[in-house]
Parts: sequence; C-alpha cells; structure tokens
Amino acid sequence: LAGFGSLMQDVLWCFSQVKGTIDIGVTEADIISTVEFNHTGELLATGDKGGRVVIFQREQESKNQPHRRGEYNVYSTFQSHEPEFDYLKSLEIEEKINKIRWLPQQNAAYFLLSTNDKTVKLWKVSERDKRPEGYNLKDEDGRLRDPSMITTLRVPVLRPMDLMVEATPRRVFANAHTYHINSISVNSDYETYMSADDLRINLWNFEITNQSFNIVDIKPANMEELTEVITAAEFHPHHCNTFVYSSSKGTIRLCDMRTSALCDRHAKFFEEPEDPSNRSFFSEIISSISDVKFSHSGRYIMTRDYLTVKVWDLNMENRPIETYQVHDYLRSKLCSLYENDCIFDKFECVWNGSDSVIMTGSYNNFFRMFDRNTRRDVTLEASRENSKPRAVLKPRKVCVGGKRRKDEISVDSLDFSKKILHTAWHPSENIIAVAATNNLYIFQDKVN
Amino acid sequence: MFVRGLKRKCFDGEEDIEGTLAGIKAIPSYNLQRQSLLDMSLVKLQLCHMLVEPNLCRSVLIANTVRQIQEEMTQDGTWQMINTQSTGQAPVDRLVSTDILCRSSREQAEGKHVPGYSAFSKDFEGDQAQDRSETMSTASSVQAPRNLQSNVWEMENPQENKGNFQKSLDQIFETLENKSPNSVEDLFSEVDNSYYDLDTMLTGMMSNTKMGHCDGLEPFSSPTTTTSSSNCKSDLNELDHIVEILVES
Repeated sequence: LAGFGSLMQDVLWCFSQVKGTIDIGVTEADIISTVEFNHTGELLATGDKGGRVVIFQREQESKNQPHRRGEYNVYSTFQSHEPEFDYLKSLEIEEKINKIRWLPQQNAAYFLLSTNDKTVKLWKVSERDKRPEGYNLKDEDGRLRDPSMITTLRVPVLRPMDLMVEATPRRVFANAHTYHINSISVNSDYETYMSADDLRINLWNFEITNQSFNIVDIKPANMEELTEVITAAEFHPHHCNTFVYSSSKGTIRLCDMRTSALCDRHAKFFEEPEDPSNRSFFSEIISSISDVKFSHSGRYIMTRDYLTVKVWDLNMENRPIETYQVHDYLRSKLCSLYENDCIFDKFECVWNGSDSVIMTGSYNNFFRMFDRNTRRDVTLEASRENSKPRAVLKPRKVCVGGKRRKDEISVDSLDFSKKILHTAWHPSENIIAVAATNNLYIFQDKVN
Repeated sequence: MFVRGLKRKCFDGEEDIEGTLAGIKAIPSYNLQRQSLLDMSLVKLQLCHMLVEPNLCRSVLIANTVRQIQEEMTQDGTWQMINTQSTGQAPVDRLVSTDILCRSSREQAEGKHVPGYSAFSKDFEGDQAQDRSETMSTASSVQAPRNLQSNVWEMENPQENKGNFQKSLDQIFETLENKSPNSVEDLFSEVDNSYYDLDTMLTGMMSNTKMGHCDGLEPFSSPTTTTSSSNCKSDLNELDHIVEILVES
C-alpha cells in the first residue's frame, strides 16, 4: 500500500474532502463529538451533539479516475440517542454521542456501539437491495387480500430495489451508570465490552442488557474524599483479560480481570514523577489524562494530557518512553485557559496503522503528528482555505515570541474556539479524519 | 461571563507563579494572584451547578486546586490573616479582576492601578457591602454557611440557579469570610451514596414549593445544620438566600 508505514518526511498530506456546512453560525447540535473508522477502513462514523450518527462509506476505486482514491460518501444517518430527563434527579441527560466503537464485521451487516452519558446502544447497519414481491395473502401495500379473491397459489419472489441502508437498535444497555460515560471499548473476544464513567467501569455481554458486571469502582465511601476520577479506559487489543484506565491525576492502571472480580487493585501502575521545576497550581489539571489508547501491537499505550502526548511501554511503569510536546507555548497561558475553561478540554490521540506515527489535535484547528522513528513532527491545519481538491497541506508554525515570520501565527492570535478534539486514522492507509467543530475533514497522502 | 474560546490578547505573565515558590513569596503579587485564583475557582465551582449536569472531572480538578491553595495558605499563615482582618474593605481587594491575574509581572511591579473591574465584580460590590453589616457578627461561625456550602455539590436544578448570580456570589463571599481549614471539606459535605440525593438538597429549605414531582417528600433538617449557637438573623439571611436560589424562576 502506498504510503503505509512510510516515514513522515515522505508523506505529503493532501486535502481530500470536507463534510458539513460552511455557515458562520454553528448549530450546537451539529458539533461533531466522536469520529471512528471501522476495522477495515471502509466505513467512517461520526457522532454529534444532537445525538445523530452519520456513517460514510468509501467508494470503490475506479479505474477511470485513479486520482480519486476512494472518496467517502454518506452511507447512513440515524438518530442514535434522544435527550432525556431524569425525573428522580431533576436533571437533563444530554443526547450528545460521546463515543462510537465498531465491532469487527462477522456477516453482511455492520455493528457499532454508540453511547451518550448514560446509555450504550448496539446498532445494526444493514443493506437491503431486494424486496419480496408477490405475496399470496397480501397485496402490494401489505393489506390482507380478500380470501375469496385468492384463486391461485404463489410464492413471493425477491426482486431488486434501490439500495436502502437501515440502522436498527439491536440492544440498549441502560441504567448501569450513575456518572457520565466517557469510554466504551470492545473486547478482543468480541463477546464483551466495557463502559467507563467517572467512577466506575462495567463489563457487558453483548447479548445481555439487563445485567452488567462492575469491574472497577473508585467511588470513595465518603464523597468528601473524592479527589480523582476515571477519564478513559480501553481493552488490550489481543489479551481479553487486560484493560487500562486513566485518571484525572495523570496515572494509568493496567488491570487483569483474571485476578479478581473487582479489579480495584491494579496489576501495573503507570505514573511519571512530577517535575518540581514545573510545579504550579495548574500542575494537576494539566496532568489529567484525557485519552488513553493501546498501540495496534498491544506493546505500548499512548496517553494525552493537556500539553503533551506520552508513549508508555507496558513493561516500564515509572516513566513514559517518549514524550511529545503538543503546544508547550500554552504553558505560560494556563491562567487564561483556566479562566475560560479551555484547560479542561479533552483532546484525543490516535496511532497510525503501523504504530509509527501518532496524531492529536490542538487549537486554531491545528493538529499535530509525531513520527516516533525520526522524532520529527508537523503541525497541519484543517481549514476551508486549504480545501482545494488534492491541495497539499502546508505545515503551520506557531511563533512563541520575538520576531514572527511571514506565515507563522503568534500565540495570542490563536483561536481557542476552534479546537480539534477528535481525529481518526485509517487502520491501514494514510487517510485521516479530523473533526473541526461541525466539519469533518478527510486528508490523504499524495498519490503520485 | 466565562466565554469559552475568546482570543486572549493580554499577556498572562504568571511565570511568577510557576517558578520556585521560595523566591516568589517575596513578590507581593504572588499572594494577589493566588487569592484571585482561589476566588475564581470558588466561583467556578458554584457556576458549574448552573449547567445541565456538572462535569464531575472538572469539579474535582477545581476543588483540588482550591484545596491546594488552601493548604499553602494555611502553611503561610495567610489563611488566619484573612479570618481576622477587618471586613470593611476586604471584598474590594479580594475579587480581583482577571486583568490583574493575567497582567504581566512588569506592570504589577510598576504598581499600575487596576483600570476597572470586570462587570460582575462591580455589581456584587454593592451587595457585598450590604451583606457585610448583616453578617459581621457571625465571623466566627463555621456551621452557619454549611448548608449553602453543601449545596455546591448538590444544587441540581439549573433553572433555579440561573436566576440569581449575584446572590450566589454573595454566598461565596460569606463562605470566604467564614472559612475555616475545613471549608473545602464543607464543600463536599452531605454528599453520600447518591450524588444527586434529593433529600440532602431539601436540607435546610423552609419550603419545597418547587419540588412538584416530589410531593410525597417532607423537608427534613439535616443533622449537620447545627446552627443553634449562631446569630439567628444571619441564619435567616442564609436560608433566604438558599430558598431564593432554589425557588428562583
């Protein structure tokens, strides 16, 4: 595959597509809240604040237009979650889709999990391109025919029809979370999955909706003592007994479900000692981990905190093996970012298919890629200005003081309302999906 | 008020606050910045209950920041100082606008006066002066504001809270005035197994007029509201505040 696993300096990223409106005023409901490729990369799903899921499908590459390398077009759109009201607690439950996770494909239909703050749903997305015609007892509209009019026997025949893609909710996993769900993760056994909220993690079987096992519970007996919450969780890609979860204090715990039913005691504990020279009142806040992801190999985990991305070797708990600065120029702005709440933004991070490059978002619609082998990094921007077909993205640079060069942008000019929180990388190709507020950008590497 | 995503033109200049603490404490602006951070954090904790559902992670992080400041101020001895200082001119100094917080250290060294407070600090200044006279006699009371502090974690009806931002700020500053080393724990008080326990929310209320869907519940006083020793008038004021916030439509 062209570009697969290649070093970053060889890769030129080009604009491919953008989905969403260009309107200046963004409807809150259209803000994309999660992006995820399926396991083959054929499908790309987005969830938004309005509770909708939109699935794009990659079109078959045609020999007639070789330069159009498989564009993504809308395949299915459905309303996954609706706003709810919890009458007991007098609280609204947002319909915003927090996470989407695909199940591996086992038959013609596609399955995905989508979740809001409280409820996880299993959706089946299937195609229908034939329809039965010629029922014996029903007419074309489905009404029962008058029995006295039936004089012959016939068997319905399947006739082709226009392709219809249906999404149906197959399971609803509700009432298991007191706090807000931040993560879902499908287990490698493909029979179970976990859902994690601020204080608890539950294990589900896909077939059973009225029961779930609580496997982590960090809620203190006395809520006055609460100082730490769960921020993200994920199953190991190959070992179905192993999972990790991250916390607001910058720690990661690896747990083995074989040791006990309640995994309150970790098997491994990953924490980097604090740098005393960098200590401030904001140290804890910026150390809070917003995302944790296993590498495809299962050997490493990557964590994202406010200013950095870190790669950890599962065999070394006392410090990460790699640390990448995402936007260190914000370190002197933490006070302002605390005031306007940006310091609480939860950025996600992703691996490429070969685990050689990692990507995460920043502000001003910038996103960053780090090549682990060459240690080189690049800053790119998702914007309509750079959106000519197959236009090569120009690297961006933030100027941190002193003279600003011509195409650099100064820190004070960054737009903090334009944040890239959610990105996704195709499992085997250099195709990335970047969510910029209500727009979804798709970039591909340059095809010669 | 706290609009997300506005471009920040001002230079933060809190490098002071992030260097070694020993050297910083000599600079007067450090205490001012720390106090402003504390005030901002307390306001944030209160504000977060005006949203649909408070983000627990954010609340915990802010509360930890408040605790950290409090611990440091206790070690400093500045915590005691605030308890005993005269209340007359305190509020004006205390809620410092973010201009000062984010101003460069150079400007502060030159002693530039704050050009103007942000809008809300001006408004509450007037209210604050009024409240001072009513609550001055209860400077030593710790239990009195316990109810309203407990409501920080439990206040759940967004409509009611939205109305009276001024009164919320008043309460926060009553909190600050009456604070003890345990005030942060007070923030978490009365929160037991159910985070959104209606019973605890009703604690201290004189009426449950708003709880239309909970007609069967009786308001009962929590065992922690031991305010017998404190001034009755200040109790009434606080209860009024609580009721006004909860009943506000």
